[in-house]
Amino acid sequence: MTTTHPHPGTAAPGATPTLVLIGHGMVGQRFLEELADRGVTGRARVVVLCEEPRPAYDRVQLTSYFAGRTPDELSLVDPDFLARHGIELHLGDPATAIDRTTRTVTARSGLTVRYDALVLATGSYPFVPPVPGSDSKGCFVYRTIEDLLAIEEYAEHARTGLVVGGGLLGLEAAGALKGLGLRTHIVEFAPRLMALQVDEGGGRALRRTVEEMGLEVHTGVGGTEIVADEAGAVTAMGLSDDSRIETDLVVFSAGVRPRDQLARECGLPVGQRGGIIVDEQCRTDDPAVYAIGECALAADGRVYGLVAPGYDMARVVAGEVAAQLDDAVHGGPDAARQPGFTGADLSTKLKLLGVDVASFGDAHGATDGCLDVVYSDARSGVYKKLVIGATGELLGGVLVGDADSYGMLRPLTGSVPPVAPEQLVLPAGAGAPAALGPEALPGDAVICSCHNVTKDAIQSCETLPEVKRCTKAGTGCGSCVKMIGKLLPDSGEQGLCACFPHTRAELYEIVRVRRIASYAELLDAHGREEARGGEGCEVCKPAIGSVIASLAPAVGADGYVLQGEQAALQDTNDHFLANLQKNGSYSIVPRIPGGEITPEKLIVIGEVARDFGLYTKITGGQRIDLFGARVDQLPVIWDRLVAAGFESGHAYGKALRTVKSCVGETWCRYGVQDSVRMAIELELRYRGLRAPHKLKSAVSGCARECAEAQSKDFGVIATANGWNLYVGGNGGASPRHADLLAQDLSDAELIRLIDRFLMFYIRTADRLERTAAWLERIEGGLDHVRDVVVHDSLGLCDELEALMAAHVTHYRDEWAETLADPERLARFVSFVNAPGAPDPSVRFVPERDQVKPDLTLLAGPTLPVRTLEGTSV
Amino acid sequence: MTLTATATTATAPAPAGAHPKTGTVEIRCPDGGWLAVCGPDDLTPGRGVAALLPDGSQAALFLDRAGRIHAISNRDPFTGAQVLSRGLTGSAAGRPFVASPLLKQRFDLATGDCLDDPEVSVPAYGVRVRGPERKAAQGAGRAH
Repeated sequence: MTTTHPHPGTAAPGATPTLVLIGHGMVGQRFLEELADRGVTGRARVVVLCEEPRPAYDRVQLTSYFAGRTPDELSLVDPDFLARHGIELHLGDPATAIDRTTRTVTARSGLTVRYDALVLATGSYPFVPPVPGSDSKGCFVYRTIEDLLAIEEYAEHARTGLVVGGGLLGLEAAGALKGLGLRTHIVEFAPRLMALQVDEGGGRALRRTVEEMGLEVHTGVGGTEIVADEAGAVTAMGLSDDSRIETDLVVFSAGVRPRDQLARECGLPVGQRGGIIVDEQCRTDDPAVYAIGECALAADGRVYGLVAPGYDMARVVAGEVAAQLDDAVHGGPDAARQPGFTGADLSTKLKLLGVDVASFGDAHGATDGCLDVVYSDARSGVYKKLVIGATGELLGGVLVGDADSYGMLRPLTGSVPPVAPEQLVLPAGAGAPAALGPEALPGDAVICSCHNVTKDAIQSCETLPEVKRCTKAGTGCGSCVKMIGKLLPDSGEQGLCACFPHTRAELYEIVRVRRIASYAELLDAHGREEARGGEGCEVCKPAIGSVIASLAPAVGADGYVLQGEQAALQDTNDHFLANLQKNGSYSIVPRIPGGEITPEKLIVIGEVARDFGLYTKITGGQRIDLFGARVDQLPVIWDRLVAAGFESGHAYGKALRTVKSCVGETWCRYGVQDSVRMAIELELRYRGLRAPHKLKSAVSGCARECAEAQSKDFGVIATANGWNLYVGGNGGASPRHADLLAQDLSDAELIRLIDRFLMFYIRTADRLERTAAWLERIEGGLDHVRDVVVHDSLGLCDELEALMAAHVTHYRDEWAETLADPERLARFVSFVNAPGAPDPSVRFVPERDQVKPDLTLLAGPTLPVRTLEGTSV
Repeated sequence: MTLTATATTATAPAPAGAHPKTGTVEIRCPDGGWLAVCGPDDLTPGRGVAALLPDGSQAALFLDRAGRIHAISNRDPFTGAQVLSRGLTGSAAGRPFVASPLLKQRFDLATGDCLDDPEVSVPAYGVRVRGPERKAAQGAGRAH
């Protein structure tokens, strides 16, 4: 039954080494692919002996056969794979003996092959408990497509089925029997279902759900005998509690055992409880013989019954074989060996009978000093447990009924989760913040554990088909496919700049959940490969500086934007806390909350402007801009302003600028609310808040709208009953009228809603995206934003409010802080080598009784200025 | 990624990640002489400072993450303003640059070449750090 036969005959051809693989299951096939990838199939004869009548298929998805998947669809072997690589596959011809002295393998057909290297991938066999009568007609195991075909055929004449074993495969088998229309019993010797994977609580939730589906569960009992009729067919099973279940069909699914018979017979050491003993390179006691997959007892003393560790072993041995071939060619010593197989993650996520079940890491809490965080809702069959270590790190967990968070949690295993563990198990909407997004995962997080594919590897692809083709991710158990979808771009390149593949919103999430307070750390850990360790760029530095500043209290950063490394991220305006003008001088805008100012303060501004010769102009935001200060004058000027009670106006920052107001009901005969009071309150609340772009606001005291609130990022208009809140307005080049978000709000309601709105904007907007553009872009537009901030549809509002509360609490005036810091002040010089010298290029000439820059000093070969529209001079 | 110095680089070799804490940073003036401008501690990684040169022109000095010091002219050729020392630094294809704070054109810190306009460049100056523990480290520089 040879399907491919490029090397006729059975003798090894002269110089070509021969590799024999016994077993063509999932791991065997993966081994062949790894060999092909390394070019081994081109240099060696590869012979495969396979017991089953068909090439390797997806045993993990075996049950999907009953859901309509054909054996062909389950195949793991591309139609031309074997031919293309010249691999000889002998189907239905299992190996029967190994002679290690002559290095030959004999198959049932009599075929004998001499090998230079032999790989055993014989897998495992179903364990059938020693119950009298277990060989009766109607008794099956659940392992191969042939088993399923036989069960299907027999079930046609059966009404009741019984599965021995309430583990993973047992539940799958029970689901299959139920699908075939049988009344189905599950008999499990352990006190709960899936005892290996889930704990008692998880087992209870699972049992409840399984029973609700109409399956009958019997735990804590074992089968004692199988009763058969005169024709030898099953009629019932007797149990250890002396009860008896009538059944027409029995499926044994009580675990598997390594298939190590061939190895035993040829004298290779096997473990006490089975399994061919191998070292980290998966080599048996005989250096020419390897064992991989479920038949091997790995170097860590375990037999792995999952496919992912088997794949890992296949990779190790393929690397070994390839290296040996190289050594043979080049006569070199052991070349750079790949890391061996030292153990594997036993995490699993399954959909059993429609129930999500997942376990990962130390699911049973075996670690010393660990504590459980449990969420249990028996009513809806949801059970979630996280095992948390002594220092707060996530050690493992069990998820039953709702395993959506598995994709996020498993890669976080071993690290301290970015949010409190209880928030990770609470269902959405129960006061929990939004679930962690995939953007929070580090690049080396393993997304597909079947094929050991990292987030970075997945994100090197554009589409799901490409991911599956190039990385195999998502082609194993399939539990990661949803996650992969989230990691792929919707369309095109989305990255912030050449340094980061993420959008600003994604970087915000990374900074928030991973509590990263350093740009360099973010760049080196999350930047594009080629940008890591570099200097970053002028696009992402201020954007990330702003994100860190927005989140400062929450991520443990100093809220002061010139603190430490943050200083190097700021645009020159933020760095000198003033606005750079065309001749290299700066302008100064003190905060005048609500546009209300005492004559004394007005006089101080006038005196300062006069004494330093500053050009003075009233701004559109009801404050005063002082132009023409040299960098070395800034501290002296601010010393006087701060002494008079002024604070930074953040005119230089992507931050709240002003909250403009009309005079309101206090003076105006039309006014219905005190708009000035509210404007001052809002301005003082949000001052210093760093955002993706500048923020402007206004409060009008009546519907006449003299403060032009509807052209602001957030505008407030008084009504007889309270306040109406408008959002997303803009003046500028593309004006936009603001949209009404909510009406007739009390003071407290208004402030709470603005808190949420601003924090949601800061969290999700792109770099330099004003609220107007953001509202147009965001999916669902205003309705979605209203759902989130008014109706709390994402369960985010508590967190948004907490972030704003932290901002308000931690606000400090940047100029007062700077003046108190001599080291910081030392940077306000024109020249490092002449700290007292003014910059001779910053001079002024008279204009309308004030000054203007003397641009003749800047003359010289000045170049035409490039703009997006073209060239202007 | 490492920052590679080219033959024309105006950088003072220094161990990556740690520029010398002692000594004097010197810059090669347009007239060919060396001018002491500051101590290494006066420089902040990722930011620049301006220095006044004897002929009245200005230089912008930068310290990068790898501990290298670079110097180019402080004058932004697109506006005439002496502001390049106040720009944000970055690296593109492994080469450090500064972006003008006025109109954001980028200049290679090693050569002074404008990355956004091949016809524009600013002078780049040699830099060395002299000190008790380090012998003079020569940067070739493109003298103008």
